[in-house]
Amino acid sequence: MLETGIRLHGTALEEEDFKTHRVFYTTDIPKLQYAWDCGVAMGHYLKGLKQGKLLGTYCKKCKRTVIPPRVFCELCFRNMDKWVELKDTGIVNTFSICYVTWDMKKLIYPEIPAVIEIDGASKGKGILHLLAEVDPKQVKLGMKVKAVWKPKSEREGSILDIKYFKPI
Amino acid sequence: MNQNVAIIGIGYTVPKPKTPEVSYKEMTYLAAQMAYKEAKISPKEVESFVTAAEDLHEGTSIFDEYTPDQLGAVQKPMHTVSGDGIQGIIAAALQIMTGAFDLIVVEGHSKASNIVTPTYVLNYALDPVINRPLNINPHYIAGLEMRAYMQDSKTSEEDVANVVAHNLTRAALNKLAPYGAKISPKKVLSSEPLFEPIRKLHMPQTSDAAYVVVLASERIAKKKVKPVWISGMSFCSDSPTLETRDWTTSISTQIAAEKAYQQAGIKNPAAEIDVFEIDDSFGYKQLQHLEALKVYEKGKAKNIFENGDKQKLSTRVNPSGGTLGVGWMHEATGLHKVLEVVSQLKGKKGKAQIKKAKVGLAQAWRGLPTTTCAVVILKNQK
Repeated sequence: MLETGIRLHGTALEEEDFKTHRVFYTTDIPKLQYAWDCGVAMGHYLKGLKQGKLLGTYCKKCKRTVIPPRVFCELCFRNMDKWVELKDTGIVNTFSICYVTWDMKKLIYPEIPAVIEIDGASKGKGILHLLAEVDPKQVKLGMKVKAVWKPKSEREGSILDIKYFKPI
Repeated sequence: MNQNVAIIGIGYTVPKPKTPEVSYKEMTYLAAQMAYKEAKISPKEVESFVTAAEDLHEGTSIFDEYTPDQLGAVQKPMHTVSGDGIQGIIAAALQIMTGAFDLIVVEGHSKASNIVTPTYVLNYALDPVINRPLNINPHYIAGLEMRAYMQDSKTSEEDVANVVAHNLTRAALNKLAPYGAKISPKKVLSSEPLFEPIRKLHMPQTSDAAYVVVLASERIAKKKVKPVWISGMSFCSDSPTLETRDWTTSISTQIAAEKAYQQAGIKNPAAEIDVFEIDDSFGYKQLQHLEALKVYEKGKAKNIFENGDKQKLSTRVNPSGGTLGVGWMHEATGLHKVLEVVSQLKGKKGKAQIKKAKVGLAQAWRGLPTTTCAVVILKNQK
């Protein structure tokens, strides 16, 4: 009991109690919409994807090529020096095998998100995407993979212009 | 204060209604470069970083995860203050005052133009059970407050229109104010009623910009050119409840100001402070805040435009054009006010320069529907 004299005691609730409005509740569906300015770095990156290219940037001071690109080097804090077109191949840096959906329903075919270190980029620099056309049990760190692109007419300047990466 | 703290550099991008040419990261990088250049430091020397940001305004949760790169803060302490940038400055200054840090950077930015449903985002600041179900555009809260303030202080709609017209007209002289325009009080009064007594021209418009502020302990600051010293600072929140709050007075500003004045040794703010950059959202807030700041007695702020403004407060309050002229920038709003005050204290404001400005005050309101305000007093001499 609180000092105010109000008794606090629990009452078990069933789903039926909500359906029949035996308990009070309110529903709120968010309407939160954003249109993020992609700016110089992401703008070029997405444009490159539409053209079927993977673009990175190079810092001559740190001798690093990074992808996704940025216009400044976060380590030496100066402008990047040049754009670099990279291959659409790389190696699997790390991956997970997902057997359940957002709401924890079992998937028939697991999804395999992976970080793919892109050929030509500095060690550890790569992009996050999905692996497919592969038996999940066969995926290994260091496995060579290649991008599978959407047909040119269907690309729209999105990370989804690459459908997935597959082993080569 | 037991440890002196100074601003030794400020970088910014010019506020604009839209900034599609840069991402928020690129915008902040530009501001950071400018700030570090002015402070003559490398980000490697900075010991801790603060970002003033609200996840719902960014559209990204745990937003401080996304701020290190563009500040040169990779592998450094970084935390978010979910409040106005002046609260961020105070958080950083307090870290320096512990004696554990000498150099701290505060970042705040606005990409307000990227929020497609701003009114719905604003509605998320209201109580979900007893306020949101009414399902009204939440700007009505400014209407409720303006009406209660006007009644209590015997302020007329004409008085409020004078503030709006004055600030927008002054903003026309400020290169950093995108909404400057020569507008008459009559035009304000004839603008469309939206949330009466709020009219269209009372509404602050939004801007995009980034601000990076470098704060240093006295040990570092005394070696720098023209440091601007923090001589008083405080922030405060009143009760958030719409049903029971005091609608007439900005009590949070009053309490924060009292503490800041005490720290700065200020007894008569109107006489001792040369320049004020304060929140003027919806016009009436400037009057309400001037009274809470004890620049005017209660109900007297409307006299700011009367003949015989011997103290020239109409010139010394919001020479920038205020939030109405510069734009509402969410958490970055107060950082722009700090920039304006620092520029005044350094004599860099051109046509809007207040002569011999030595002491300035920046005050920010957290915006609708809040009762949170922050105050910082700055001096160009220790």
